[in-house]
Amino acid sequence: MSTTILGASLAEQPRRRASLLRRMRRYPLPTIGALLLILLVASALGAPWIATHDPFEMNVVDRLQPPNADYWFGTDAYGRDMFSRTLHGGRVSLVIGIAVAVASTIIGLVIGVIAGYFRLADAILMRIMDGLMAIPGILLAIALMSLTRASVWVVVVAITIPEIPRVVRLVRAVVLTVREQIYIEAATAIGTGFPRLMLKHILPNTLAPLIVQATYIAASAVLVESYLSFLGVGTPPEVPSWGNIIAEGRLYVQIAFWNILFPSVFLGLMVLSINILGDGLRDMLDPRLARRL
Amino acid sequence: MWSYAIRRILATIPVLCVVAIIVFLLLRLSPGDPAAIIAGDNATVDDIAMIRAQLGLDRPLLQQFVFWLGQLLSGDFGNSIYLARPVIGLIMERVEPTLALSVTTMAFAMLLAIPMGVLAAWRAGSWVDQTIMALSVLAFSVPVFLIGYGLVIGFSLTLDLLPVQGFVSLSDDPLQFLRHLVLPTIALGLVYSALLARITRATMLETLNEDFIRTARAKGLAEPRVLLLHALKNASVPIVTTIGTGLALLIGGVVVTESVFAIPGIGRLTIEAVLQRDYPVIQGVILVIAAVYVFVNLAIDLAYPLLDPRIRF
Repeated sequence: MSTTILGASLAEQPRRRASLLRRMRRYPLPTIGALLLILLVASALGAPWIATHDPFEMNVVDRLQPPNADYWFGTDAYGRDMFSRTLHGGRVSLVIGIAVAVASTIIGLVIGVIAGYFRLADAILMRIMDGLMAIPGILLAIALMSLTRASVWVVVVAITIPEIPRVVRLVRAVVLTVREQIYIEAATAIGTGFPRLMLKHILPNTLAPLIVQATYIAASAVLVESYLSFLGVGTPPEVPSWGNIIAEGRLYVQIAFWNILFPSVFLGLMVLSINILGDGLRDMLDPRLARRL
Repeated sequence: MWSYAIRRILATIPVLCVVAIIVFLLLRLSPGDPAAIIAGDNATVDDIAMIRAQLGLDRPLLQQFVFWLGQLLSGDFGNSIYLARPVIGLIMERVEPTLALSVTTMAFAMLLAIPMGVLAAWRAGSWVDQTIMALSVLAFSVPVFLIGYGLVIGFSLTLDLLPVQGFVSLSDDPLQFLRHLVLPTIALGLVYSALLARITRATMLETLNEDFIRTARAKGLAEPRVLLLHALKNASVPIVTTIGTGLALLIGGVVVTESVFAIPGIGRLTIEAVLQRDYPVIQGVILVIAAVYVFVNLAIDLAYPLLDPRIRF
């Protein structure tokens, strides 16, 4: 039996699921966000089948074509189809968004639990986190990218590290509050061991705020990846990520603005839909946090 | 009061030390031989050995750190490998555009976001509130380059009202200086405004529920006076705190915006340094910016009693 403080509403899940349609009407914005996100994820996953052209195929004759019946989003400077490239670009963003959210949450959770539970480790770990937070995330990511040859996984690591401190602070705050609760004392009194105490009684409280935080991290990671690629220090240039496509398109912004417009709009919509979803999740899962923000 | 202030000032030391350790380890713990990475693909063994000796990489780690820290404390941030010039000089050369853009962006964001946040909180739940909040999520999600290039295409290329890109120093031509800053400020300011508007709304909502607001209204004070003098003044501490911590976000945005508008600031310097694997420059930029962040937030913390006389350290 787990007692949850922050995530009290989680216990009501089954009843809520039954009235999903009613909830969707009550929260129109999160629903739109979720639907938009599903569409974007589907377009990214289905890119090889939906795309009308090979995203790498160059048709120099058709270079810098405006959007038309054959090339829905026009073509770039090498005559590559922008529609197909834009769809494929979503795949990189998707992988990076999910990977960064999962990795930073898991690492942050472990460090946060240690910091929240062990006083000595707390002092050291939190100073490290303060130091990391004093370096702007993008700057730290840029510096990390310079250390080794670029690949999608290096980008994931570079974006994950600056995101960890915020997760740690969140988890630590929850652990610090919960460990003083009487039921924890009771559990300790009847001889509950540390692993069981953590897994059964303390960690469930971090679930709701962590899910919300992970959503925001995913949105931020998608944005930061595009910034890194745009700056030329992100995903390898041969990978058609949105940031890379925009970076190539910027040279032709005066004569072929669609090279920047379509990937930017897709990128913006993906970040927007994840953020809206995060706001919705926050309102549903974590009323206390919702009031604070 | 003084004991808190002194403790708060001393608390910056461990943070700065940690930043220094992170920046130091960044290069040393990188996978592969940093000297070989710096030297590039066509380097000979001698080149690599030379760079290794130049950076002191051939000595024990602890000795390297102590030596490096000693240099830092005496104001020596090392020399650029590529340009063979002191890093601190390179940073100082590029500081004006970055500082100018940061200041105008912050001013723009505060002028836009604080009234919006107050308005949203005042009419909480109404369509005004919902519109402002929806716009803030939108502004927070849209990539800087979409707004940036949109503004360039609209105001510079189509209407020919403002310069496309670049930067003119304030001392060269104040008017051109401002004209060049308009579009980057808007592009970056919208993101920062979104953050500020949200926190303004949230703290104002809390303050508006307080008893003293009801008293102020009950004794017949005009609504603008209640909102601005009574509520906003009391909500100012969290707002100012967010302005400080949001600085990290702002600086990240500045790096991207400088690239969109070809502004030769610290962001461009960093990117050039990364592309040339000029590690001393990267390290110097991170150290300087982290120090600015720490000291600005220190100043904000110490200014709390000015904003809210109830706070006594």
